Amino acid sequence: MPMPATNVLSPAASKPATRAASTTMQALFAILFGALIIGVAGFSHIEAVHNAAHDTRHSNAFPCH
Amino acid sequence: MNVFRSIVFSAVLSGLIVGIVVTALQQFGTVPLILQAEIYEKATDKAAPVAHSDAAAVPHEHEHGDEGWEPADGFERNAFTAAFNVIDWIGFGLLLNGAFVLFRRSATWREGFLWGLGGFAAIMLAPGLGLPPELPGIPAAPLGPRQIWWIGTALATAAGLGLIAFRRTPALAVVAVALIVAPHLIGAPQLADLHTEVPEALSHRFVVTVLVTSFVSWALLGALTGAFYRMFSRQEERAGTAAFA
Repeated sequence: MPMPATNVLSPAASKPATRAASTTMQALFAILFGALIIGVAGFSHIEAVHNAAHDTRHSNAFPCH
Repeated sequence: MNVFRSIVFSAVLSGLIVGIVVTALQQFGTVPLILQAEIYEKATDKAAPVAHSDAAAVPHEHEHGDEGWEPADGFERNAFTAAFNVIDWIGFGLLLNGAFVLFRRSATWREGFLWGLGGFAAIMLAPGLGLPPELPGIPAAPLGPRQIWWIGTALATAAGLGLIAFRRTPALAVVAVALIVAPHLIGAPQLADLHTEVPEALSHRFVVTVLVTSFVSWALLGALTGAFYRMFSRQEERAGTAAFA
């Protein structure tokens, strides 16, 4: 059996793997960022934030009051 | 950071559009119902302040006008509603767009549209089965446990739908169904006494209006994020190729 021609150290072989891992990290980071925004806007227990977002929270069926 | 940047641009633009559309829909749909319910809520507050001493029920963790700052009725209140709608839908856009990039789906408006329907099922429909959209003035169990149940249900449903969509074995299909059903077997935190002055018919109309508005919004958000992500990621790719040329 001949050895596969690709070499893990060659930039051509390692680049797609690094790129895939980087895409995964960036997508996860975006999801985390989104969750943080929803957490503050929809789930905050701070009175003023609750009052300002009141109709939005009710209209989006977030637990309110 | 080209992927992250494309997701953020796409989510911000989609969230802005959906937030504005949803605010317009709410002005005819949910907001008049909320204002009507508040008339009953205020009447109950005046008539029976004793109800507040009921330890089990926490219907008024906050009272309108009694504590804390709140926006003035009319323009100010609606402006805050619009702003928070935009913020919320940008957040949902980041979740949705991040998810379909994570699963390496090709970005098209139609792919995004299908993911949007999944988002509606996981974030509105499933939590709404146990904790239906509620009008002000309706007594409910303490807020913390309800929020935990809501988040747990959304996560379990999203995981279940993901398994159904991307895994083909019968065993994982069973796990998926179990994940979707489990939160409802556990049950949402409920109060034993649900007495309220808010008419049942008003509540029913509110539930239907919220669900339909949300369905339209999720479908729109999905289609827009799919189309915008395609556009921004291609621009990034072109810019990247140009830099190396």
